[in-house]
Amino acid sequence: MAAMAQPLRSHAPEPTYAEVNRDIIRTLDPPGAGWLAGMAVILLGLSIGGYSFAKQLKYGLGVTGYTPPVFWGTYITTFVFWVGIAHSGTLISAILFLFRSGWRAAVYRAAEAMTVFAVMTAGLFPVLHLGRAWFAYWVAPYPNIRGLWSNFKSPLVWDIFAISTYLTVSATFLIMGLIPDVAAIRDQAVGWRRRVYSVIALGWRNSNNEWRHFMRMYLFLAGLSTPLVLSVHSVVSWDFAMAIVPGWHATIFAPYFVAGAIFSGCGMVITILVPLRRGFHLERYLEIRHFENLAKLCLLTSTIVGYSYFTEYFIAWYSGNPIERESFYYRAFGQYWWATWTMITCNVFIPLLLWNKQVRTNLTWLFVISIFINIGMWFERFVIISTSLSHEFEPWQWAYYLPNHIEVGIIIGSFSWFSMWFMLFIKFFPALAISEVKEALPPPQRAPAGGGH
Amino acid sequence: MATPPVMDPRTGVVGVFGDLDGTVLALRELKAKGYDSITVYSPVPRHEIDEVLDQPVSPVRLFTLIGGLTGCALGFAYAISTSLDWELITGGKPIVSLPPFIIIGFECTILIGALSTVAGMFLNARLPKFRKAAGYDPRFSADKFGVLVFGGPAQVSAAEQILRAAGAEEVNNV
Repeated sequence: MAAMAQPLRSHAPEPTYAEVNRDIIRTLDPPGAGWLAGMAVILLGLSIGGYSFAKQLKYGLGVTGYTPPVFWGTYITTFVFWVGIAHSGTLISAILFLFRSGWRAAVYRAAEAMTVFAVMTAGLFPVLHLGRAWFAYWVAPYPNIRGLWSNFKSPLVWDIFAISTYLTVSATFLIMGLIPDVAAIRDQAVGWRRRVYSVIALGWRNSNNEWRHFMRMYLFLAGLSTPLVLSVHSVVSWDFAMAIVPGWHATIFAPYFVAGAIFSGCGMVITILVPLRRGFHLERYLEIRHFENLAKLCLLTSTIVGYSYFTEYFIAWYSGNPIERESFYYRAFGQYWWATWTMITCNVFIPLLLWNKQVRTNLTWLFVISIFINIGMWFERFVIISTSLSHEFEPWQWAYYLPNHIEVGIIIGSFSWFSMWFMLFIKFFPALAISEVKEALPPPQRAPAGGGH
Repeated sequence: MATPPVMDPRTGVVGVFGDLDGTVLALRELKAKGYDSITVYSPVPRHEIDEVLDQPVSPVRLFTLIGGLTGCALGFAYAISTSLDWELITGGKPIVSLPPFIIIGFECTILIGALSTVAGMFLNARLPKFRKAAGYDPRFSADKFGVLVFGGPAQVSAAEQILRAAGAEEVNNV
């Protein structure tokens, strides 16, 4: 990045600490018409999702499009989609922190909030796809009525541990990072808001002793989150790879899923940050170079994902296994050809545009490409799950599964659920990290000296 | 130390600085003069301040280590003991299959390690605290740096002079 011809920074002078404080706290002002209109759409989507789920609870899973033998359909697809979305948040907040990438300061808070809300959304799906959702607590690792414990050799039990740990640790990471910022809001607020933020700030005073322990804690949380994020999508991939279903049973699954997760997450971060920047007039903080770096991450992970697709097909051919070959032939040229080619187009071909610097630094282009990435990555999981299950070993069992309106309703509901949390978050908490944005700036100096970090 | 003729009723002063180099200069002087009850309020953590204060490394890392090891032991113990509680062969694998249990042990390492790291921060930084902090000013979370010094009457007067000489915008009594 140092070798870039133009730094692509805005030509305005660097903001001061006071300006950072003012501009970011301003995002918490009472919402405008755009926010309220967005919330209205979200509530509509939530009611569509709620209606669909109520119908499913009443009549059972038969109201979905499930076609034997495909019983892992759009719910598991969307579950994996949302877990994947979560990953880039931790990549940006933890891994880039360990690498001391200065550009993460502006984007990491929004990405981290996205992580927590995406995991909260993903967590709904294992429950949504249960036949009797009111027994969801059965998945918890406790002994059943006969004293038999859960089977720790099952990837689904690993998944419970991985996802709940991920939700806890990423929420902790987000909340801890918020403490100094909430203290900064408290110090500017008046009336009841001041009292509420005083409680949330836990008495944080920016003293050297607090910072000393805080920074240590932050470093170790980042250090613990880094292997965690790599493990979570690996464990999710083993939900599939541990089964002998052709199309799933592959050792490449863990790294392939992790790369896909980061790819989709970076896409979603762009999808979220472009409107956020415009809506809150944060052009001074969310600079084009931040988006360009995100685009580069997308480009890198897109090539890894593309390589994984190629490897899957190559190994299916090279294995000489007729069932494996049949499964992949079916994937590309069978009934689901449209889903497979949507996935390949969106995830491999469209991101190739990002090689072009003009595209990478144009927010409209980036936004459109990021939408394609989101669509492509949803289709990736749909292709892996549905094409493999519908075309297993026994030809008499082959079937063609398509989601119906109930499942589409639930997907709309899940996007609304996610957006609702995010929209509420940006009105009550700073979507940019106040203290870290300041930290990335040169400190106020009397003597003109070299800049910050 | 000579007792001043008129007793200074103050127990501490806080200097408000608008720049980092003034803050660091004041801290260096105060350290050189042997003041040991110094608190710095800064809107961001700065390594320049850490270098002058020269404090020991935070013990939070010990919490991480102990929490992580405890979590690892608990995770393995959980999976192994519950498997042995009712010996049921699944998938033709041994009752205690360590490779899959590594995942449980790993996740518990991270979970308990992270939570105890946070607990370590709270304990060491003495959070949460709901009493007013001495000498704190809301500007210290925005754009000002604060240096708070406690000491005997003579020390406080000398500290005030050091703070002013280093370029404090204001020096307030605590």
